[in-house]
Amino acid sequence: MSNLVIVEHDNSEIAAATLHTVTAAQQIGGDIDLLVAGENCQSVADAAAQITGISTVKIADNAMFAHHQAENLATLIVEHAKDYSHVLVAATTFGKNLLPRAAALLDVAQISEIVEVKSADTFVRPIYAGNALATVQSSDSIKMITVRIISFEAAAESGGSATIEAISGGVDTGLSSWVSQAVSSGDRVELTSAKIVVSGGRGMQNGDNFAMLQSVADKLGAAVGASRAAVDSGFVPNDYQVGQTGKVIAPDLYIAVGISGAIQHLAGMKESKVIVAINNDSEAPIFQVADYGLVADLFEAIPELDAAL
Amino acid sequence: MKILVCVKRVLDPQVKARVKADGSGVDLANAKMTMNPFDENALEEALRLREAGSADELIVISIGGGKTEETLRHGLAMGADRAIQVVTDEVLEPLAIAKVLKAIVDQEAPGLVLAGKQAIDDDSNQTVQMLSALLGWSQSTFISDFKLDGDSATTVREVDAGLETLTVKMPAVISVDLRLNEPRYVKLPDVMKAKRKPMDKIELESLGLDTAPRLTTLEVVEPEARAAGVIVNSVAELVEKLRNEAKVIS
Repeated sequence: MSNLVIVEHDNSEIAAATLHTVTAAQQIGGDIDLLVAGENCQSVADAAAQITGISTVKIADNAMFAHHQAENLATLIVEHAKDYSHVLVAATTFGKNLLPRAAALLDVAQISEIVEVKSADTFVRPIYAGNALATVQSSDSIKMITVRIISFEAAAESGGSATIEAISGGVDTGLSSWVSQAVSSGDRVELTSAKIVVSGGRGMQNGDNFAMLQSVADKLGAAVGASRAAVDSGFVPNDYQVGQTGKVIAPDLYIAVGISGAIQHLAGMKESKVIVAINNDSEAPIFQVADYGLVADLFEAIPELDAAL
Repeated sequence: MKILVCVKRVLDPQVKARVKADGSGVDLANAKMTMNPFDENALEEALRLREAGSADELIVISIGGGKTEETLRHGLAMGADRAIQVVTDEVLEPLAIAKVLKAIVDQEAPGLVLAGKQAIDDDSNQTVQMLSALLGWSQSTFISDFKLDGDSATTVREVDAGLETLTVKMPAVISVDLRLNEPRYVKLPDVMKAKRKPMDKIELESLGLDTAPRLTTLEVVEPEARAAGVIVNSVAELVEKLRNEAKVIS
């Protein structure tokens, strides 16, 4: 067996999601190579070579991969995937956008968002917003897999000494062109890697009230998240969204404030170690998954919590 | 321009999926079914493009057995001009669905294909990207804004870090996110009108495609339930428990 893990990066640093994906590859077994495709991304390859347990880091440094559009990247993956039994990438928006395109070109299925490796061809993946877990066995010669990062520990970033090999290939399809990226706010604690997350829902009533949560979060070193209802209502930007179709997170502590607990929201946070729910509706479904529930008006409880920390 | 909108019949998102006792799957017998919510956003966007004069024909397509027609009728009631049902009782995987859709695109030659970013039943998030690959067209996924500009379109994608603006060459295959628009409500006269709109039925076998499954589902189980929690009576008690019992804050 041999695994190719596609490295997610911004041409200067490796995204943490990649380290979790490497662990999934380790559980499958066999050699693990990394693919770094980008422009002026040598520093990424150098860092990737330090990750524990990697044989070869393949670097495709070319302007056509600068912004990681799926059309060009998929052609590169297709050329190199044939040397591997497994191709893996994190189930982030990067991986979800890219891998199905490569899988279709190879005429193989994709196994989305695995949470467990049973064997080299059998994996567990959540369906129906995590209300069911399906064990699926693949008969394809190449297994194309996206990995749910919260289900696998991060591999060590150091201790490895992989060979770095420059590769060519890929087609500049010219099908799409990158214009810009708007990052909603750069200095926030990152939601997917935070140990503590404070999330607000429709009960927050408006975007200004999220400042209350930010203050609590700052004291806890926490990230701020939100339910879909809060994002749909325009209280906070889309990258705050926790849920089935937003981010799936599993912090040590998740504090849900004014969140009712719709099925699609629970899908994004119910693997958290400790869940706190603060809501004035004692019937809210969020209390069914909460370790600690507080039935209270959040506009009284949150300032009180802030003062107590 | 002709627009093809791909829609899927799924379990209503407000209904909690129940796993069958024999572990063979999720019990959908007598369950409330609906059009996949993201696909409704895709259809709404197509309707708006037609209303803006950018499209002249709008086709909804779905793959499935008898009751798939209900979902397509809903699409017609929302305002699509006609529907195509590719008839099969088999449950197809995303790769097979992409192959079927490609065959229909080859016949119909739309200038744009729209669909939801994922179906909320199997949560695969694959079909649009696969269809785009098979067609060799451009793709933009998870979009929350779409502006057509002649032979290209500018899209805003909802990505993990925020928003990415991407320009795609037309024709394109696009997957949409929930914040793209607010789907319209269907009124009773629209439902009546939809009954008279054309619905083509194409037998899956007649397309002559390899749609055999590549994955075997060995087992479907419910996830472990969380242990029951406690209700605390005050913020002070909550903080005390988080510090001393759960030990998650200092």
